[in-house]
Order: sequence, then structure tokens, then C-alpha cells
Amino acid sequence: MASPRAMDIVRVSATSTANADVQFKDEVVKLIDVSRCIGCKACQAACIEWNDRHEVVGTFDASYDNPTDLTPDMWTLMRFTEYENPSTGNLEWLIRKDGCMHCADPGCLKACPAPGAIVQYSNGIVDFVADNCIGCGYCVKGCPFNIPRISKTEGKAHKCTLCSDRVAVGQGPACAKACPTHAIVFGTTDEMLAHADGRITDLKSRGFDNAGLYNPPGVAGTHVMYVLHHADKPEIYAGLAKDPRISPLVQLWKGVTKYTGLAAIAGAVIVAFVHHVVNGPNRVTRSDEENARRLVDEENRT
Amino acid sequence: MTNSWTDIRNTDLVVVMGGNAAEAHPCGFKWVTEAKANRGAKLIVVDPRFTRTASVADFYAPIRPGTDIAFLFGVINHCIQNNKVQWDYVNSFTNAAYLVKEGYSYKDGLFSGYDESKRDYDRSSWEYEIGDDGYARKDTSLQNPRCVWNLLKEHVSVFTPDMVSRICGTPKDKFEKIAAMIAETSAPDKAMTSMYALGWTQHSKGSQNIRAMAMLQLILGNIGLRGGGMNALRGHSNIQGLTDIGLMSNLIPGYLVLPVDSEPDFNSYISKRAFKPLEPDQMSYWQNYKKFFVSFQKSMFGPAATADNDWAYQWLPKLDVGSYDMLRAFELMHQGKMNGYVCQGVNPLLSAPNRKKITEALSKLKFLVTIDPLDTETSRFWDNQGAFNDVDTKSIQTEVFQLPSTCFAEEDGSLVNSSRWLQWHFAGGDPPGDAKHDTWIMAQIFTRLRDMYQKDGGAVPDPVVKLHWPYKDPNDPLPDELAKELNGYVIESVKDPNDPSKLLLEAGKQVAGFGVLRDDGTTAAGCWIYSGCYTEDGNQMARRDNFDPDDAGFYPKWTFSWPANRRIMYNRASADINGKAWDSNRKVIEWNGSAWAGYDVPDIVPSAKPNVVGPFIMNQEGVGRLWVRNTMRDGPFPAHYEPFESPIANPVAPNIKGNPACRVFPEDLAAFADTASKEFPYVGTSYRLTEHFHFWTKHVWVNAMLQPEFFVEISEELGREKNIGNGSWVRVWSKRGSVQAKAYVTKRIKPITVDGKPVHIIGVPLHWGFTGQAKKGYGPNSLTPFVGDANSETPEFKAFLLNIEPISGPTV
Repeated sequence: MASPRAMDIVRVSATSTANADVQFKDEVVKLIDVSRCIGCKACQAACIEWNDRHEVVGTFDASYDNPTDLTPDMWTLMRFTEYENPSTGNLEWLIRKDGCMHCADPGCLKACPAPGAIVQYSNGIVDFVADNCIGCGYCVKGCPFNIPRISKTEGKAHKCTLCSDRVAVGQGPACAKACPTHAIVFGTTDEMLAHADGRITDLKSRGFDNAGLYNPPGVAGTHVMYVLHHADKPEIYAGLAKDPRISPLVQLWKGVTKYTGLAAIAGAVIVAFVHHVVNGPNRVTRSDEENARRLVDEENRT
Repeated sequence: MTNSWTDIRNTDLVVVMGGNAAEAHPCGFKWVTEAKANRGAKLIVVDPRFTRTASVADFYAPIRPGTDIAFLFGVINHCIQNNKVQWDYVNSFTNAAYLVKEGYSYKDGLFSGYDESKRDYDRSSWEYEIGDDGYARKDTSLQNPRCVWNLLKEHVSVFTPDMVSRICGTPKDKFEKIAAMIAETSAPDKAMTSMYALGWTQHSKGSQNIRAMAMLQLILGNIGLRGGGMNALRGHSNIQGLTDIGLMSNLIPGYLVLPVDSEPDFNSYISKRAFKPLEPDQMSYWQNYKKFFVSFQKSMFGPAATADNDWAYQWLPKLDVGSYDMLRAFELMHQGKMNGYVCQGVNPLLSAPNRKKITEALSKLKFLVTIDPLDTETSRFWDNQGAFNDVDTKSIQTEVFQLPSTCFAEEDGSLVNSSRWLQWHFAGGDPPGDAKHDTWIMAQIFTRLRDMYQKDGGAVPDPVVKLHWPYKDPNDPLPDELAKELNGYVIESVKDPNDPSKLLLEAGKQVAGFGVLRDDGTTAAGCWIYSGCYTEDGNQMARRDNFDPDDAGFYPKWTFSWPANRRIMYNRASADINGKAWDSNRKVIEWNGSAWAGYDVPDIVPSAKPNVVGPFIMNQEGVGRLWVRNTMRDGPFPAHYEPFESPIANPVAPNIKGNPACRVFPEDLAAFADTASKEFPYVGTSYRLTEHFHFWTKHVWVNAMLQPEFFVEISEELGREKNIGNGSWVRVWSKRGSVQAKAYVTKRIKPITVDGKPVHIIGVPLHWGFTGQAKKGYGPNSLTPFVGDANSETPEFKAFLLNIEPISGPTV
């Protein structure tokens, strides 16, 4: 984990040229060993600190999940499930760190109509480029894991970057760095698969016969993988998709939106130009400020 | 900890009971996951709730709060009945064979010598039989009915699996499974580690909870070994340091004892501390007590402490009661007998029991000084915050001085962690606003007081006027200066008696270790157990070399581990009577024919012959104590006592309420719920959550966001019974106070069957108050009883009685 990682762009949203010849190399994986996770949320704290986001202080809402869902500011979330194992009669407290899976075949990128708003690097990381994002939310529809969140104030989609900024300079993701029990580890795909094998062997020796790796083929595998005690039942881990696939609609939307989207953007530019000529440049009024404040408050409440 | 965090990775079996390491010590818990992943170690969790630690355990069993001794006695009984005893260890390294005096007895929950009016024992019958030669008498055949082993066997015999289940509510099959797993570590090459914390200490018999496990560990031969030990997980980053440097009201640094008023002169004090060996040729290390004490006095009073004035013995206060602990302080305040309070780095409005009493007590003060980096609730106890602090501000006349201090990250210094490592750290930032270091604040107070005493005199001016204050800037002692003082230094050169041309010690030098400290005034040391931390070789606490020979887990060059940089205490017991390691794969030290050597600093004179000198050199016997003689207030063995508030009468001693040797103030006794109270039918317990650290991190928005609001936890069964839905509002109350909270209805708490009846448990986490970034809430101390452990006065925060009802919403 010392050398900088290859970060060539291999796929770009709403751009057909770069999709033709995807060449992954030096692929990386973040492996989350659910069986070693103690749900301490150090990963959440590290994520929000490193990425300099600010989530509001919410309320208790009948579980340890805080905030209660992923948000435009909280890109990873411990989800807690109290599971009574019918075969043993024992309670298991399943704690899964949710967040972007960095699919090898990313549905968000395929669904995105904004050129360059979503890119995939040769190491497998799928990244959102805020400058190019139009906040349309198609990435949310395209994601088989329900991960991206749209900020109403920014009008941008956000999700885990797998700390692409850290990885680019040879560091691991902030969450892996902070994890006290090494439940989150990061490295090359080969290293992580070997590590997962060892963990699965250990779990099987402790009676978890169905322990296994979560690396779903429906999205051509992921660059965030889980070691699960019950790999045969991923859905018991707070609804982890059993067989995730990109919605067939995404391919359809893609064809249509590519042109209608561009047309809409062109139209908006023309309207803005006319508006500028007729009304002059925008000035922020007090009521604009108040509306913006209200919007922020509303977003913070939800 | 007898061992260290890093050593946990060497274990075969981790028992987390009386703690919740994954939740409260997540960074240290990594060593448990290492032991599991790399050694195939197993993890057992016994806890009233299915905790985050339980979520990664191999085996979990529930237990009713406050019944740990019954459980552990059940395990000891299992080991004895099934011959799962490390006999070579027990015979050689414990006091199993020692004979107890005639006159000792235990009946109906009381040991011999009880005086009900004093709630105390005459402990004279809890002693060994001493032979004509002055040594303790033994029966190594273990046949004598009065030997410790046979008394123990009898003492625990009532704790059958059925009795354990009846008292603890632990299902019998789960108890038996755990007992069997633990018993396997009686094999000489197996080790079990006990990881515990406030889940054991915060009981009216907290010290005896720990004793019970220590006894089990001795029987299994697990003390002194890699991967073994009694490992107290300290709740603050520096709470180990707090006890080490004697911040208990009855201690002075290095576990020396403050004089009491029955010790009017130095001779009466020091002669009680002769610690004559009870075995021939045994090393009894506390025989050096006088050297450590005199060196401490020289450190305190410098040239003013002389042989002529008995090393300024009279300038130390003499205790007239057992201790002036936090409970007694608030009791005195409440009675109007204590009028001023300096509250440094503690937040008693939330951390002392029975908040109503604490508020009343603070309201009677003339002045309160708070010294804290945070805006604590205590410093704003007078501030009406609606339901969250419902006080009549106008009627409170206490003058409050709030002095902002720096936090650990804004200062240089050392923190002593659970492993006894003194780890030096450097300031990472400048303090905000007017915040000042605690040392600066104390120096300001001291120098002003000294000036006043010098100018105006006073009743007893000497302890203040003559206090040794040698710092370069008297107004601002530096961390390095203080650390050097704690380590100790040579005042006058000492010549080698065998060769006067040589110096044993050279004036002005730092001492290399406590072994050279003297009782003739030539050496000074602020805290003898820290000697070696800052020597002529520099600041040993700042060492950061993670060199670890053979990956054994000792890291001998990482910081400094007291005592003497030793990483495992009692490490001589890691080898058999002849000095050979019990487990050749986990050597610590071995006898090489002429000396002890190995990975660690031997916990014994290196030349001490293995079959002559016992390993437990801090005891006069040199062996581990299954029987503690008269050293504990509430019994030479632990006994099962119910919490002071209990849903059942004590099944093994029905007439005893609580721990009979606990100090209870009369008003507080009246504020306990009745045994098996119908008014308060549920068992409450309090605890930390991983997202927060006590009442500090609610001031930090990240932590506040991760766990924003107070809640209580109840079972699905109780939720149904009381018509309480998950996330809905409830009122929870005890005989002392009431709180409002959202309910977390969870599968992680289950009703248990105790003495034939179902018992529900209500969990009350402790992180909320009315200052900071998180939502306003309450601490469990609004509910808990005002009583502490018989030995340490640690409040009973872990077991009390409650009631609960649904409410439509909060009153604010």
C-alpha cells in the first residue's frame, strides 16, 4: 500500500468514446469483514472528517443507525440488524457498513446523463465529479444498492469516493485507516481475496458453515466486498441486495436521455442568456436568502 | 492490567464479564480480534445485555446485574468438582495450603467478627495460624479442614449450576457450557485472560467481584503468563495514572497509604508496615516501604524534611475516617459541613449518584471552583434548564468560579494507559481563549496561598510554606520538571561502603529505578513505581521503538511500563517451580541455572532461586492469595450479596440486604427501594456507548451526530407488557428521581428468570446532559442509589430498581 495507485480514467458518464475499451489495471478492493466489525462508527467519523462534510445532529430513531440513512454528507453508515438465527436460536447482531460498492459495472455511471459527472478509474474506483453533476438523480435510479444522495442545497449527487484522493497518493481510505479492529482492510484485489479466504476459513471453523465473500456477479463484481457469516443470506444484513443488477430501464433511459438531456441543457443555456439580456445579472435578495435557509433547514430535518 | 493490551493477542480464551471492551475500548479490543484471527482464540461474553462485544463473541450468556460473584463461584465450584485445577500452580504459587486461625467462620452471609451497629468487621479472626518460628503454618497435603483450600471448597459448594441459574438468571445450560470452556484453561499450556471494567467495579461489592475472578485465575494457573492475567480496562485515558499517583483520598503516590489519626507519630505509622515475610527466605517487597515513603517526603518537602523531624511526617494530614471519597464529600456538603469545593476535571452533577442530592449539596456551598476544558453541567448546576435541570436559580447562593483548562491534546505530558504504560505525548494545538494548563492554575493558587501564609501566618503553615517548589518558573511548572520529580533524583552522593572511592549514587542525577531509593534522605522520588520513567538516559516515556523480539508482544522499548519497565506482572509465575515455562511456546522468563532471563524484566530478584522464593513478592507469603487475610473490609473471601436494591431476597443469605460491610448514610438508606419492591419491579443498569466518552464527547458535533439523543433500552417482552413501542416516549423513575427518554425496544435485552420469577432489565446509557452539541437529556445518576463499594466507595451504578411507563411526549 505504499506506491501511488493508477488513476487513469477508463469510463466517463454520458460519453461513449471512453466506454469502448475498458482496461482495468492495479485494481483495488476495500474488504469489509462484517464478522470483525464492532459497529464503533469510527469509519463514519473518519469519513465525515476527511471529506470535510457536516451532518446535522439528528434524533434517536429507534435504532443505533445514526444518521438514520445515508445523506449527501454522510457517505457511509453502520446499519444494525438484530437477527435471531432460526437454526441456532441465538441472537446475532449483524452490523454492516453501508456505502458505495464501487461496482465493476457501475449502474450510476451508465444512468448518468451529464457528461463527465461520473467516472471510473482503471483501479476500479467509481467517482462523482461535482462540477459536472446536474443533480438529476438518475444515478440514484441506476444504482442497484440505493447509495447516491442528492443535496438539495448544492444540487449535486454525493457518495463514497473510496477516498480516491488518498488512494491516488498511496494511502488507504480514511475508514480503513480508522477501523480499530481491522474489519475494514484495503489493498489489491488479489491481496484482499486471499485475506478473505483466511477469514472465511476461520469463520467456518467457528460454525458459520455458509461464511463467504460478497462480490456479486450481477454488477461484474465490486471493489467494495464483504466477508459475511451468512453469505447465503445477504439480505439479512439490513437488506443487502441478494443478486444486484442494473435495472434494464437504465439502458433504455440512457439512449433517450443522452439526446433529450443535452437538448435540455442547450435550452437552459439559451433561456439563461435571454434572461440575462432582459433582466440583467442575478442579485441575491433577502427573500432568496430566506428561501435558501429554509431549504437547508428542511434538508437537515429530513 | 497485570498484562498489557498487546499481550491479549497471546491468549486462548478471552472472558469479557463486567465490561464491554468492544464498545468502551474499541482500540484495545483489536488485540482480541488478533487473538481470534491468528490463534483461534475464543471469546466469551457474560453481560445483562447482548453488547457490541457479544456481537463478535463465540459464546454469550445473560446475567442479572450484580450477581457476578455467584456466577464465578459457580465456575470455581465446577473446577473443583471436576478436578480442573492447575495443581502444580495452586500448590506452589497460592496460599491453598495455609491454615486459617481457629475462630474464623462464615454463616448466613456473615463472616466472623461482624458488628451490625458499625456495619463493619473485627477482622482479627481472618488470619493465618502463625507457628512458633513466626512463619505461617501450612498443610501441603490439603487435608486439614482449616486450610484455605478446604475453606474455599466449602465456601463455594452451594453454588451449583442450579443455584447459579436461580440467582443470576443465566440459563443452566449456558452457564455449564461457559464453566466447561473456562475450566479447559487449567491445562498448564492454556491461558485465559479476564477483561473487565466498571461492570465489575460499580457495585457495592465491586472489589470482591474482581477478587472472585482473580481467585479463579489462580486456580487455573493463569496469572503471570502470556495471554493470561487480570486485566482491568481503565475507563479514562489516564485513570491508571490517577490511582498510581494517589489521587484517592486515602492514598499517597505509588500506593503508599495516608496516615490515619491512630498513627500519631512516624514510628506508629512505619512500624505497622514492616511486612515481615511469612515464609522462610521469602522476598517481601513492601519491606522497602520506608525507603519509598522517605523518598516521597523528600520530594514533597525537600530540605525541610529531615531525620530530626521524622521526614516531616506531621505535615501529612491524618485521616479520621476511612476515606474522604466523593460520596462522603457530597454527604458532608449536603449536611452543610463542607462549604467550598474545587472540582477539577470531574463532572459530579452527572457522575455522582442521586443527582437530586448532588444538586442540593452544591446549592449549599459558599463557593464552587470548576477547572475543566468543557462547559460542564456541574459548573452550570444553578442554571434552570426546564425539565433537564429543574432548579430555582434565584434561591442558589453558591458563588461559582469556572476556570477553563486545556485538554490533553493541548499539552505535553504522559498518560498512563491500562497496560501501565506511561506514554509521553506532545501538544497538538494551542488552547483556545483563556484556557490554561491545570499545572499553571494550580501553581497560581499555590503561590498565592503560600504568600498569604508567609505574610499572615495560620494554624498549620508549614505544609504549605515549606512545600518543595523547585521549578524554574514557580508560576508554571513544566511537564518535564514534574516528570523528573516523579521519577526521583539523588540529593546527596552516596559512597559505596565496600569501596569509598566509588559512588553508588551521585548528587543531582536522576535515579535509574526504585531499587536505589533510600530511607536516609539521600534520595527523593515523587512516585516510586514510576522510577525509571525519566532517567539520566532521558525521557523513557517518549520512546517509540516497536521492536518486539520473536513477536512475543512485549515491545520492551515502547514507552515505559511501571514497575521497572515490566510488561507482565508476577511473570515469575509463568514458569513452574523449577523455573521452566509452563508453555514452551509462550515463555516470559525462565531460570537458566543461575538467573532469571527472557523477554521481560523478571518480577523477582534475577538471582532468586526458583524453588526458594515465591513469585508474588508484594505479598508477605510470596504466593497468590485465594484468601486475603484482613486486607479487605468485607471478607477474606468474596460472598454473594444482592445489590442494595434487588428484585429478590438473597437466596443464600435471606436476611442480609446488600453488602453488610458497606458504609451507608442514614438518609440514603431510607432512599433505597424495598427488596422485591412492587413499586419498582424492574432492574436498571447503566453503561457507555461506543460513540461517546462519558459526558465529554457530546460537546463534539461528530460524536453528537453519531449518537444524538438519550434513550433507554428494554426488551420486546417488557415493551409489549407495558404497551411501549420502539422509539416512543417513556418515563423511567426510581425512588430518587425520574427521567424521560425514548425507548429502544430491542432483542438484545431479554427477560430472565430469577428465583423462579421473571425479571425485566432496563438499560440506561450515560452520555447526555444539558450542555454540548447533542440533544439535551439525562444521566443515569438521576436514578441511582447513593452507596459505594465497601472497599473503594465506587458508586453502585450497575444495579438498581426502576419503574417505567409510556408517556405521550417529553416535558421540556
